[in-house]
Amino acid sequence: MSTVKTESHFHHAHHFDSAEHQYSSAKQGIWLFMVTEILMFGGLFVAYLIYKSLYAPVFHVGSSYLDVKMGTINTFLLITSSFTMALGIYFNQKNERKKAVISLALTILCAIGFMTVKFFEYNHKIHLGLVPGKYFNNPEFVQKVADFATNMQATSSSYQEIDIAALKKIAPLYFGFYFVMTGLHGFHVIIGACLIFWVMIRTAKGDFGSEYYTPVEGVGLFWHIVDLIWIYLFPLLYLVG
Amino acid sequence: MYSWLNINLANTFMPVEGTELAGNVDNLYIFLLISSLISFIILIGGMTAFIVKYKRRSANDKTAYITHNNLLEFLWSFIPFVIMMVIFYWGKLIYDDYRTPPENAEEIHVTGRQWVWRFTYKNGYAFSTKPANAAMLNVPLNRPIKLVMTSGDVLHSFFIPGFRNKQDVVPGRYTYLWFKATKLGQFQVFCTEYCGLEHSNMPATVNVMPEAEYDTWVRAYVPEASGGGLADKGKEIFTERGCTACHSVNGTRIVGPTMKGLSGSKREFADGSSAVADDAYLRESILNSGAKIVKDYPAAMPIFKGQIEEEDVSALIDYIKSLK
Amino acid sequence: MAHTETHTSHDYLNHQKGLWSWLTTIDHKRIGIMYMIVILFFFLIGGIFALLIRLELFTAGPTLGIDPGTYNRLMTFHGAIMVFMVIVPGIPSIFGNFLIPIMLGAKDVAFPRLNLFSWYVFMTGAIIAFASLFFGGADTGWTFYTPYSIRQPNGVIFVVLGAFTMGMASILTGLNFIVTVHKLRAPGQTMTRIPLFVWATYATAIIQVLATPVLGITLLLLIAEKTLGVGIFDPALGGDPVLFQHFFWFYSHPAVYIMVLPAMGIISELIATYSKKTVFGYTAIAYSSLAIAAVSFIVWGHHMFVSSQSEFAGIMFSIITMLVGVPTAIKLFNWIATMYMGSIKLDAPMLFAIGFMFLFTIGGLTGVWLATLGMDVHFHDTYFVVAHFHYVMVGGTLMAFTGGIFYWFPKMFGKICKDSIARVSWVFIFTGFNVTFFPQFILGAMGMPRRYFDYLPQYESLNQVSTVGSWLIGFGFLIALYAIIDGLLRGEKASNNPWGGTTLEWLATSPPHHENFEKTPVVSVGPYEYR
Repeated sequence: MSTVKTESHFHHAHHFDSAEHQYSSAKQGIWLFMVTEILMFGGLFVAYLIYKSLYAPVFHVGSSYLDVKMGTINTFLLITSSFTMALGIYFNQKNERKKAVISLALTILCAIGFMTVKFFEYNHKIHLGLVPGKYFNNPEFVQKVADFATNMQATSSSYQEIDIAALKKIAPLYFGFYFVMTGLHGFHVIIGACLIFWVMIRTAKGDFGSEYYTPVEGVGLFWHIVDLIWIYLFPLLYLVG
Repeated sequence: MYSWLNINLANTFMPVEGTELAGNVDNLYIFLLISSLISFIILIGGMTAFIVKYKRRSANDKTAYITHNNLLEFLWSFIPFVIMMVIFYWGKLIYDDYRTPPENAEEIHVTGRQWVWRFTYKNGYAFSTKPANAAMLNVPLNRPIKLVMTSGDVLHSFFIPGFRNKQDVVPGRYTYLWFKATKLGQFQVFCTEYCGLEHSNMPATVNVMPEAEYDTWVRAYVPEASGGGLADKGKEIFTERGCTACHSVNGTRIVGPTMKGLSGSKREFADGSSAVADDAYLRESILNSGAKIVKDYPAAMPIFKGQIEEEDVSALIDYIKSLK
Repeated sequence: MAHTETHTSHDYLNHQKGLWSWLTTIDHKRIGIMYMIVILFFFLIGGIFALLIRLELFTAGPTLGIDPGTYNRLMTFHGAIMVFMVIVPGIPSIFGNFLIPIMLGAKDVAFPRLNLFSWYVFMTGAIIAFASLFFGGADTGWTFYTPYSIRQPNGVIFVVLGAFTMGMASILTGLNFIVTVHKLRAPGQTMTRIPLFVWATYATAIIQVLATPVLGITLLLLIAEKTLGVGIFDPALGGDPVLFQHFFWFYSHPAVYIMVLPAMGIISELIATYSKKTVFGYTAIAYSSLAIAAVSFIVWGHHMFVSSQSEFAGIMFSIITMLVGVPTAIKLFNWIATMYMGSIKLDAPMLFAIGFMFLFTIGGLTGVWLATLGMDVHFHDTYFVVAHFHYVMVGGTLMAFTGGIFYWFPKMFGKICKDSIARVSWVFIFTGFNVTFFPQFILGAMGMPRRYFDYLPQYESLNQVSTVGSWLIGFGFLIALYAIIDGLLRGEKASNNPWGGTTLEWLATSPPHHENFEKTPVVSVGPYEYR
């Protein structure tokens, strides 16, 4: 069993009183950063909810165009990756370098899997012209929205106010939201994967151990938030219909 | 006495009040002015008095060690709070008036476009504020008028200082502003939401006339029988869509090139290339003006692609071709 | 690796030499100075644009021979530079960085490397914003209202991206300060013993962390709208232009408190020192900073009373805005009570503090006018608003900023600026400010709209007065710059505590040791023990 080389060499930064002091400060910093990420995505969710309440048929039909199977696979991949990430932290804490590296590598694999599924999803949509505003080209979708709304008008009194023309005009907005929300999230998945790769290399080099594993935990926290955001995205986008 | 103070002070800085609501606003204005002045004198006067009285005498001065006083803290929180609640409520009452047009208010439709206002009355009379002419928004004295407004492009705002009234003009929705003029005369209108190059050159005038005169004017208007040809339709659209704000039809230069003699002429562009102004060029210039900018003219024309119907584009082209 | 012995002769300026040592420093003091240099440079550019604007407005009709498009770009860049590159980062990134660790008895901020990284992020954002000038610039106003900003050419994207990036720097700085204040206080220094400048910057940091992300997503959505035509804000695609305003002001209103709270922190310090008296109502002032930070998040709609938002929303926002006036007034009263029975010395920094009280009072009172529904309909989007925000941002924040520069100059550089020159600069700045901006209240009452390249002849004489005032302000800041340069080159050597302050930075040497204190101080009393 290898010992972490830093066991006798770890030295906390000079402006902290102790390793524990540095560790708890770092954790506070990372939590604060996660708050800002949640607020940023939160703004997006608010915009999404506003338009969903105004133009329900668009979002209802739109979500039927998303592949729930692929979304479920992605959800499964991310949840698994959060588990392997937690293992990565755990094994580092226990000085079990090899197992830590493997756990982190598995996490990256899950992330790659996630982005691969995303790639196929995006490709399919681009192929069908289901892309944001300017480049949108799928009249069938617009017609489906109009038809859905017309049906609702016939059967439900609360839908009498709906303006079909306005609905048709705004229909592509669904894919605007889809690409911006999943795109921004996907961008964070990529960043997260790079960060995990970095801590994996450092783990392999023996930088971490029971005395010092703060960066692994920090990256882990980032990764869990990325996962959490997907847990909200998935039902909102894929399952709302 | 209050109203004397009001009129004199207000007229020193505020424009002449054209409506009763404006008068109410000015009363609130005077109250704010006086209460602010009193607050300022208490605060800054007190501070100045302390600066003078407690000037440092030597480097070894000892000062009183006073850390806090909870009663004072409460008093100078509670009293301003009460005053501000009074101010809020007074303002809210006036605001309610602003936002409650009478049922019988006569509606006039307003469309704001870069950089021209177009007004349409119920009887069909319509006019634009450009090209520069004497057209004014005629309204009757003592009768409520409701302006129903929308924008054809970007945000604008319709501001009548003399009425102390404004409302943003938003594309994609209708907003309203109502007033009842109580003074005869002309009142300035400004656009007051930044809208681009000629934002400061988008004025209008409200012309308040006696009721009888207004009624006569309204009855006298007979809508013109619409012309048959496409070029005539194009001429209407040319005015309606605000093209007249920047393009003349008589050879003069406003912001953009004149339409007179344009069709068929050779155009020199800012990037050195050139082309003959055929139908395709005219169409492109209407829908996507940024594609070719004529030399020595600003790139200021809005993009109309997606904002104008095909048949309207054809009508415009026909009209422009008729301007030899 | 054992620590090397601390060298008593090594202050932070001389500890390491050479440009590279500065560009790779993780010393919070050096980073503060680096921010100071670039921010003063940006202030110079933004100020020149302001002078050009006022020159153009000297006469009705074109004055300088520039066209409205150029004027509109000047107007936009003046606003964007002053907001994002000067007033938002100014006091926190310069004074916060330099002073907070020292005031807390700490060796550095919690995350020194993140601090340096923030400076580079900030510079990147500024460069991106300036790069827009090569792509046509932006003429949308610093508020980027839609749909105009969507339809304008791509120069807008650079300014927006630059603002986004500078926002990231703001978030990281705020984050750093919060953890520093929580975790790095000296032994014995409870939260009730930290200086009020730290309380103020702490409240500001909370706003920075919570509000700026929303600006981030708003600007990203604007870029997506411009490049992809998403359709969220553009009515031609079915979107809602007023939604942009809600998103934008959700950040930008708290942002104005990011601008003013740290300034109020400086005023607390100046008044205490130059009255040689303990601050009256320390607890009230500390908590009022937190109260202002909290309430600032729920008043954004007072920028939108005539935007077509609902009447109910208008009423809610108006009444809550009145509430935020209370903690603000509390501070003013407590400062004046501090001066009561004090021993007041009118050195230049104190003059700037008094100038702040005078000008911020006017700015704050007129804010109440604008919060009043029935009054705002007339004043919205007129020069009255322009006067109001310049009174609080220039008359408030910039006054405190300049006072802070002269006050902490000896600590930062080990030399003293000539007080006489600094006082002359104050005379010109204070007088010039009033001559420039007071007429603008009147112009607004008379109905002159803002962002106007041209105006009707009846507004001309007041505009001319205002322009002359702008020359006085410009001249005043030049004199201040002269005082600073003269101080740097020829200033008398400063003692540790030339002004008789009682907060921890005055225990450190002038300039401080590169680790601030040779021995960590132990705190046993409050920060303003003048007994």
